[in-house]
Amino acid sequence: MTAILADAPAAARWDSRRRAGRFLMFAAIVLLCAWVLLPIYLLIVNALSSPNEVTGFPKRMLPSFDTGSISFFINFAGVAKALWNSILVAALTMVLSIGIGAPAGYALSRFDFPGKEAFRFLVLMTRAFPLPLLALPLAVMFIRTGLDDTPVGLAIVHTTLALPFAVLITFSLFSGIPFELEEAAWTLGCTRLQAFWKVVMPLALPGIAASAVFAFTISWNEVFAAAVLTIENRTLTAFLLQSLNVSPLYLKFAGGAALVVPALIFIFAVRKYLFAMWGIANR
Amino acid sequence: MKTMMKLISGAALAMALGAGAAHAQVLFWSTQAKPVEETQKMRDQVLSGFEGGVDYQPQDDGPWLTRVQAELQAGSGTIGVLGALHGSLSSLAADLVDLSDVDLGGAKVNEAYRELATLDTGEQKYLPWMQATYIMAANKKALEFLPEGTDLDTITYDQLTAWSKNLAEKTGSPKFGFPGGPDGLKHRFFQGFLVPSYTKSMVTKFRSAEAEAGWNKFKELWQYTNPNSTNYAFMQQPLLTEEVWVAFDHVARLADAFNQKPDDFVAFPAPAGPAGRGFMPVVAGVAIPKTAPDMDKAKALVAYMLKPETQIATLRATNFFPVVEVTLPDDMPNSVKLSAPAVAAMTGAEDALPALLPIGLGDLGGKFNQVYTDTYERIVLGGQDVRAVLDEQADVLRGLLEQAKAPCWAPDAPSQGACPVE
Amino acid sequence: MTRSKALPYLLLAPATLFLCVFFLYPFVLVAHEAVTRDGAYTFANFRTMAEHWKFPATFWNTMLLAIVVVPLQLVLALTMASIVSRVESGRGAILYIFAIPLGISDLAAGLIWLAIFEQSGFLNTWLVGLGVADQPVMFLGYQSKLSIFVAVVLAEVWRATAIMMVILVAGMGLIPKEYGEAAEVFGASAWKRFTRVTLPLLRPSLQTAIILRVILAFEVFAVVAALGGTNLPVLMGETYHWQFALQDRNVAAAYAMLILAISIGFTLFFLYALRVPKEARP
Repeated sequence: MTAILADAPAAARWDSRRRAGRFLMFAAIVLLCAWVLLPIYLLIVNALSSPNEVTGFPKRMLPSFDTGSISFFINFAGVAKALWNSILVAALTMVLSIGIGAPAGYALSRFDFPGKEAFRFLVLMTRAFPLPLLALPLAVMFIRTGLDDTPVGLAIVHTTLALPFAVLITFSLFSGIPFELEEAAWTLGCTRLQAFWKVVMPLALPGIAASAVFAFTISWNEVFAAAVLTIENRTLTAFLLQSLNVSPLYLKFAGGAALVVPALIFIFAVRKYLFAMWGIANR
Repeated sequence: MKTMMKLISGAALAMALGAGAAHAQVLFWSTQAKPVEETQKMRDQVLSGFEGGVDYQPQDDGPWLTRVQAELQAGSGTIGVLGALHGSLSSLAADLVDLSDVDLGGAKVNEAYRELATLDTGEQKYLPWMQATYIMAANKKALEFLPEGTDLDTITYDQLTAWSKNLAEKTGSPKFGFPGGPDGLKHRFFQGFLVPSYTKSMVTKFRSAEAEAGWNKFKELWQYTNPNSTNYAFMQQPLLTEEVWVAFDHVARLADAFNQKPDDFVAFPAPAGPAGRGFMPVVAGVAIPKTAPDMDKAKALVAYMLKPETQIATLRATNFFPVVEVTLPDDMPNSVKLSAPAVAAMTGAEDALPALLPIGLGDLGGKFNQVYTDTYERIVLGGQDVRAVLDEQADVLRGLLEQAKAPCWAPDAPSQGACPVE
Repeated sequence: MTRSKALPYLLLAPATLFLCVFFLYPFVLVAHEAVTRDGAYTFANFRTMAEHWKFPATFWNTMLLAIVVVPLQLVLALTMASIVSRVESGRGAILYIFAIPLGISDLAAGLIWLAIFEQSGFLNTWLVGLGVADQPVMFLGYQSKLSIFVAVVLAEVWRATAIMMVILVAGMGLIPKEYGEAAEVFGASAWKRFTRVTLPLLRPSLQTAIILRVILAFEVFAVVAALGGTNLPVLMGETYHWQFALQDRNVAAAYAMLILAISIGFTLFFLYALRVPKEARP
């Protein structure tokens, strides 16, 4: 003890190093936040500028709050319904991918069994194959079975995209929850299901919610399948983004913003689950 | 959280069950009028007059084709009417309904296009819907750099090149622009404008010395072309931002510039080469797939699209010109006022050399276009040897025509059997 | 105990069934198209693909992009995740900001970065405004392949790092704090703690993050098309082109199979390279 106290210069050095470290950390945070936020800010500036300003040079750094382009989209026939469809399909995708993916993730984390690697492989392959080519056989199948042009049908396709994320994330999640906790519950007389429900589930729930967020954004942003598989029940992305690449510049940005903002609001609304993901082991 | 999930899934189920309801409106599945403003106008001003209602859905080519193919494979569908360019419809010929019994009222449809729309089958596979072509547009600032003795209405490729050179040297940066991006309509320029202007042919003289001269001229012009051209899809944008002062593009893709700043721009014909002023029309058609749920209603919509007043409304909405005889009212948008005289000057020019759209290629149309795009990319962007590239691409072209057994079309002389590539 | 043998299969059954019907079945149909032409089995589609004059450029562009983008993203994602797990106040806000690009589609991202890099865009406004350049610089012209490449890399790093970051944040959360504290007691520097304690324990999450990201990197398309036009052909773009513009589903399927094969190759590599030894599992 006394030795440490006597070593005052070393403590001071330690202290200044800490301060330097803090400053570095602070600088890094500011820099990284700017890196992420600046492009979004520029999009908003362009979306809130008049057509002339959008094509002009040099560009303004502050929006002129011309809402002409934005209101064009808000008044575009069918936007409200498309927004509802997008939310509906994304919510269904969330439910489906977690409902199917989480049990698989649990099995992968708790058991060793033949075929485990094959399954992991199959899951990953889903992501490695271009969806637009699969859209044709899928559409034929959907038309024949009546799934065509339904939110459920589209959610199924989006689930194949989101499932790998759901399985892999829940897999690493369950791996991080010590098996001993479950075993302890068994010895106290719980059945396997009870133990899972009462012990594992509460710990895993925030993380599961986070992987549901993934599913939501994947579905929200998917265009191709949405364009092919929905007619009456068009999603917002299929509705807007389809035509954006050939629309005038000022409408491109307004449309882009119209798509980005709801996604930002959604992530904001569920941010506490994203945050909770961090706390699982450090509660 | 849990109750929310339940609520959502409950609502979803209700929606899913209710979604099977019959499609009362005719679904118009189209690749045209995609820009959001045009879509809006198509719905509000063109199609709102059709009794029974239309659900107008514009799509990119990819989803458009995938959906059509899926419905045809499944043997049942929701699409009532297809709207697309000649090239997209010609690959579907076998699955389109014969439209020769559609009652068009008094509408007089352009005979050449009507013939084109039989797709060599003897049946009316589609009906022409609207037409357009390519013209040139220039910012008035560029006019003072025009080489002496150049009349815009009779401009040649040599003069255009000299002009662009002038512009590049005197303003400090290249000011000619070309829609060479992934969504730009470049293949038609090479097929229908550049190559015919130098060779009076599209296919037969593909690898001739005259064609070589044409490509070399374009390569020269390219030195004074804004390098961003490989990103451009619609020239109206760079014209408005003034990245580009002189541009070549489809009339509908220049319209926004003419409408927003009618006093800043002039429109004029595409240039002429030694063999004439080659130009190609762009024709869009309406067709009905075999799987259409309500055949009578679909045919009624096709007939409605060809009524003179619908055609004029379509012109206002999309900047595509009518394919039936009409008298245009005076209050047309600026884009029409500017581009119509340029189109007339081009098609009515003494050296006019109309080139037809490819006929009889079926689903090889895309690959036919690719021959010209590849040639451009290799010669102009890749800097490869012109002679060698033309020889190689000529082999590809010959293979395609032989596979399709397609006889020649204008401006090439009619042929017995597959159109030869000399 | 017999129940427990059947249990994993029961748990996997829904996912397996689902993937068989909605992925494997259409996949087999497409794969069949890749190896047939007019009804006969053949390698002609792969030959057509490989012999096309654009193929080498397409292939190497895709590879190069993945090789440059993924490591950059890994470093950035690790930095972000470390910050999030170490910062004391405002963690929620920082994590939210870092996660924002998750919600942005590749098409929208292409749009945003085009507004920055185009000739009359924001970057040129700054350069001219600061007097660095006399007149707008052309970043995306066909002669400047390098600046197109850099622009695409920046846009991809911006867009798709968040996904790795979130997985790594979750992984770091699972590492018991005691390990780091113990190392600190023994005098390990922050860097040493990171490389000797955090990274090895993070291996399962690293594996997941890298594999998912690498697979997605080979499917890069929308951002490249927005910024590079036709100047930077990539495999996914060519797949679309053959499928829709050239209407040759067989060759398009061949391209898709190639993308799949490359992804599988890299997946196997990372599964092996970052394998978690059995005895080290918790």
